[in-house]
Amino acid sequence: MRTDLSINGEHFSLEADPRTTLLDALRHHLHLTGTKKGCDHGQCGACTVLVNGRRINSCLTLACMHDGDAITTIEGLGVPGQLSPLQEAFVEFDGYQCGYCTPGQICSATAMLDEVKAGWPSHVTEDVNDMPKLTEAEIAERMSGNLCRCACYPNIVDAIMDVAEGGHK
Amino acid sequence: MNIRFKFDEPDTRHRLDQMSQDIIGKAFDRPDGPMKVSGQATYAAEWEVDRLAHGVLVRAPVARGRLKSLGIEAVSAMDGVIAVLTGERFLRVPAQGTENTAPHQGASDIYYHGQPVALVVAETFEAARHAAHHLALEIETSGPAPVDPEASDTVREETDRSSQGDLDRAMAEAAHTVDVTYRTPGHNSAAMEPHAAIAQWDGDELTLRGAYQMLKFNRNELADSLGIPAEKVRILAPYVGGGFGSKLGISHEGVAAALAAREIGRPVSVVLSRQQVFETTIRRSESRQRIRLAAGEDGRLTGIGHEYLVSNLPEEDFAEPVAQATPFLYAGEHREVVEELARVHRLLAGSVRAPGEAIGVTVLENAMDELAEKVGLDPVELRLRNIPDVDPSSGKPYSSNRLADCLVHGAERFGWDNRNKEPGSERHGEWLIGQGMASAVRVNMLAPAEARVRLSPEGDVTIETDMTDIGTGTYAILTQIASEMLGIVPDRIETRLGDTDFPPGPGSGGSWGAASTGTAVFIACEEIRRRIAKRVAVAETDLTLVDGHAITDNRKIPLPEILAGVAIDVVGELEPGKAQKARRQATYGAYFAEVAVNAVTGETRVRRMLGVFSAGRILNAKTARSQCLGGMTWGIGMALTEALVHDARDGHLINHDLAEYHIPVNADVPQIEVDLLDERDDWANPLQAKGIGELGICGAAASVVNAIYNATGVRVRDYPATLDKVLAGLP
Amino acid sequence: MKAFDYVRAPSPAEARAAARGAGAAFIAGGTNLLDLMKLEVMAPATLVDINRLDMKTIETTDEAGMAIGALVTNSDLAVDPTIREHYPVLTKAIVAGASGQLRNKATTGGNLLQRTRCPYFYDTSQPCNKREPGTGCGAIGGFTRMHAILGGSDHCIATHPSDMAVALMALGADVEIEGESGMRRVPLDEFYRLPGDTPHIETVLEPGDLITRVILPPSPGGRQTYRKVRDRASYAFALVSVAAVVVMDGDVIDEVALSFGGLAPKPWRDFAVEDVLTAKPVTPDLFDEAADVLLANAAGAGENDFKIPLVRRTLAAALADVTGGF
Repeated sequence: MRTDLSINGEHFSLEADPRTTLLDALRHHLHLTGTKKGCDHGQCGACTVLVNGRRINSCLTLACMHDGDAITTIEGLGVPGQLSPLQEAFVEFDGYQCGYCTPGQICSATAMLDEVKAGWPSHVTEDVNDMPKLTEAEIAERMSGNLCRCACYPNIVDAIMDVAEGGHK
Repeated sequence: MNIRFKFDEPDTRHRLDQMSQDIIGKAFDRPDGPMKVSGQATYAAEWEVDRLAHGVLVRAPVARGRLKSLGIEAVSAMDGVIAVLTGERFLRVPAQGTENTAPHQGASDIYYHGQPVALVVAETFEAARHAAHHLALEIETSGPAPVDPEASDTVREETDRSSQGDLDRAMAEAAHTVDVTYRTPGHNSAAMEPHAAIAQWDGDELTLRGAYQMLKFNRNELADSLGIPAEKVRILAPYVGGGFGSKLGISHEGVAAALAAREIGRPVSVVLSRQQVFETTIRRSESRQRIRLAAGEDGRLTGIGHEYLVSNLPEEDFAEPVAQATPFLYAGEHREVVEELARVHRLLAGSVRAPGEAIGVTVLENAMDELAEKVGLDPVELRLRNIPDVDPSSGKPYSSNRLADCLVHGAERFGWDNRNKEPGSERHGEWLIGQGMASAVRVNMLAPAEARVRLSPEGDVTIETDMTDIGTGTYAILTQIASEMLGIVPDRIETRLGDTDFPPGPGSGGSWGAASTGTAVFIACEEIRRRIAKRVAVAETDLTLVDGHAITDNRKIPLPEILAGVAIDVVGELEPGKAQKARRQATYGAYFAEVAVNAVTGETRVRRMLGVFSAGRILNAKTARSQCLGGMTWGIGMALTEALVHDARDGHLINHDLAEYHIPVNADVPQIEVDLLDERDDWANPLQAKGIGELGICGAAASVVNAIYNATGVRVRDYPATLDKVLAGLP
Repeated sequence: MKAFDYVRAPSPAEARAAARGAGAAFIAGGTNLLDLMKLEVMAPATLVDINRLDMKTIETTDEAGMAIGALVTNSDLAVDPTIREHYPVLTKAIVAGASGQLRNKATTGGNLLQRTRCPYFYDTSQPCNKREPGTGCGAIGGFTRMHAILGGSDHCIATHPSDMAVALMALGADVEIEGESGMRRVPLDEFYRLPGDTPHIETVLEPGDLITRVILPPSPGGRQTYRKVRDRASYAFALVSVAAVVVMDGDVIDEVALSFGGLAPKPWRDFAVEDVLTAKPVTPDLFDEAADVLLANAAGAGENDFKIPLVRRTLAAALADVTGGF
């Protein structure tokens, strides 16, 4: 079936089996392979993309459910030579090793910082009615939907903290 | 030309220290970083290939049996299905690291639950996945199929035994003894990129884009599995999404994709599902370990015994070398190591990050903690008293051993003296606080390696080797070695990896990649330096190369001027020699951890963790540190959450995904600190560097579990220390 | 994943009409349904996409409670200012579950209908009465670490995995359902069915029934907490969880509502436990007495035996937290 998608500001008309997940549409049909498949079941976060500005697992949604939606993938955040602040910070702080979970981490962090700005509480926020402060514990909790087996978590936290504090502008 | 170098004598020249580019050892950003953070790096399944068909493997639903029929009729009419394949060339199990020939093959003889028995190929992934669920497999079960290593009817064989002195007597006569049995569960590497391959034939020549760690061996394994000459096979793996042992050998997806692509005359992609990665690649064997320690009044060891039971499938050689570091870590003249192997129908046991030490040193370090308490000695002091002058088992000197420095420096940095000294006595609200420590040790190895270094007439450098970068930092460190040796800025160096058309390296495994391939690059660069030196008529040792210039007799000459239009192209070949055997070579370290254990629920949180490591020359402070962070995080996982669980009835893996097999998440891991004690190990290789990819896990879990004891007074001897086990001992 | 007809429903009536056929399923967030469809644990013939329906608002009701549209995402529900202020147990429960990404997609209605995480249910090579009635229960006699100690049967001991539903249960929420005979409201406690000998039937929903809203009574006020115990610090299902809402009158418990996750095939609320506590001054013995009542019929199956002492301790700690005593 046909689905119209806006991906990184570009219009795509996708013709695919309704069973196609948004993740597989990106990887198999549109050849946007920056979005990774790590588990295909919402258990690792490698497939994180932004849909209408919000982070989701693209493996657990069908492409056809997103007709008309605006999708941002890692390719839309920055390219070598013109990296986004978070992308630059991940390089500087070595917030990755094998690199496979990295696009998902960066997409996730991009939206996560907006969630904090909007005052969303997390599991570690002391009072859910307070404006959350972006501590290391807050970053770690909010990024826990993105697994990294190379286990660069401390570096990921440092990279995100750096950008939140105004680095890499 | 090729320059061959055999490493027989220690290299005391410390050449890298004499160079002028000042990049070796620095926290140099990975050159592959911008590609990785922008999603441009191409992993195995991501190459754009025309007419690509998708294959999905079909699992056996029993632990032991014979496949009688596939029941293809159920799926052959399904939309998009192209073919269903099975056969005796399908792999039963993946190859072990450096196996170099085909592993056991045959789809019809089922050895474990989850073994791939067929491949469904279809026009789309969606069609293949659906059809793979619906083959009407006809399987004749055959028994018995023991799945529990410790069950009474399981076959167990003694596969190794070594002893010196009389440990029984030492135990009987010792002032203090420890005789404890610990258990560790199976582990899965769980690299974030599932195993994947795209196979494409051009006539009788195969190109496989795969996710593998050791291409030189993988090429031979793949060719042998298919029954074709290795020269007909090319494997490409420039980016690999983690391996940790699971991608050492050729695996199901590579062989199945190649067979299918040949059969249907189209390129075929096969990607394992996450569940298949758990069920059919490899596991670290579970272990039962009995440690005996005999010590005098002062805590000095007189004897060490390490007996262990691990498992593997029938007919498989690999046994987790649990006691690999036990013979040389601590003193004691009476020693015994016994290995027993149980034959069970669980998936293949093989190398998972630091096979041997990861679980063996961990348990030894738990036992040392128990001994420290019995002797009434600071656990750090107990270890310091037992560091031998020479390898107590072989009598060989150590190439280097800075364990004492790691312990002393770590204790100071961590504030070990301020620790809680009475188990269970420090409480903040609901949380019991405790500290623990452990030593780290991992054997160091060197392997044959080749690399090409080409200096263009313009002064640009290209490095080529089939070595892989699985996240380890190969791109960075090879670039740095060439940059330092040749005085070329890294921007003008291109490091090309992961292609069997390039000179062969040993691959990524056993922490030997950087030292081995790095030495091959070093050898080639030394030769290039000699050529340049000759052209400017100075001795190579007097040649200064920096920022693309040669400096000699106060003259600064741009390299293009010296090269005069001619490139220099050298393949460096490393052959390990006598130096490797002449000394006991290992890397060392110490871990310090602080945990908070919830007095209500038994949940453990690691609050602080420090690792101090010594692994020869550190080639890149940034990537080396990250490797250690990774290893220590695996230690947290091993200590608290990770365990493969097999159903006792049919052996099937119960927690075969990332929701149920709990690797640590970001919130489980504190801002771990790592200190690297730089040193030069002249016996290791001409770089004086040693492997660091595995050291961070070799005992890390013990520091956490020892800290849990310190916090609560509860000794958990059955890994992982999940809350139920801690809770059982809490008031 | 089996092929299916995909229908995008423009109205609730059309959604229900499309879903009346055999093997039809609604899809909202899809975070659990697609997970199960990929494994062919679920294989609907028709997928009715209800995401375009106007069920995304959170409003105050005439009874001074709240009406939460079935398509409100977990994130939007958790961060709603009124919910945070007056029903903080709900916010706390939601943010204790899953991950930021999943909460952005998962919906209120869908969360209520989450299927169990029992590994035997998830693995089509294993018997499971819930997935395939009559095939037996793989978990009984198998690995039971995550399984129920209350409310199970000889046919099924799976647990309900939701955190959100545990809080809703303690808040006394109703589920609003649009069905064949119009709208009806069902208390959440009655919405779920225990497995008995039909573990495949989990709720009172009939074919074509559409959850439209979840209705909260007026805020109970008081102190509210959600305590979740799990194997990882984050991104793991509850071994045990407790939602507690308490209104104190001095040191006497005036009103109390408790519900539990990880213990049973449904979010577990036992009014007898609350009766023990109500109108009593707070003492440690009282908390123990409450746990005795809760656990009177509890039975472990082996690996999950630890849940019995664990919930006793967790309940006491949660009560201490909200009552300010012990």
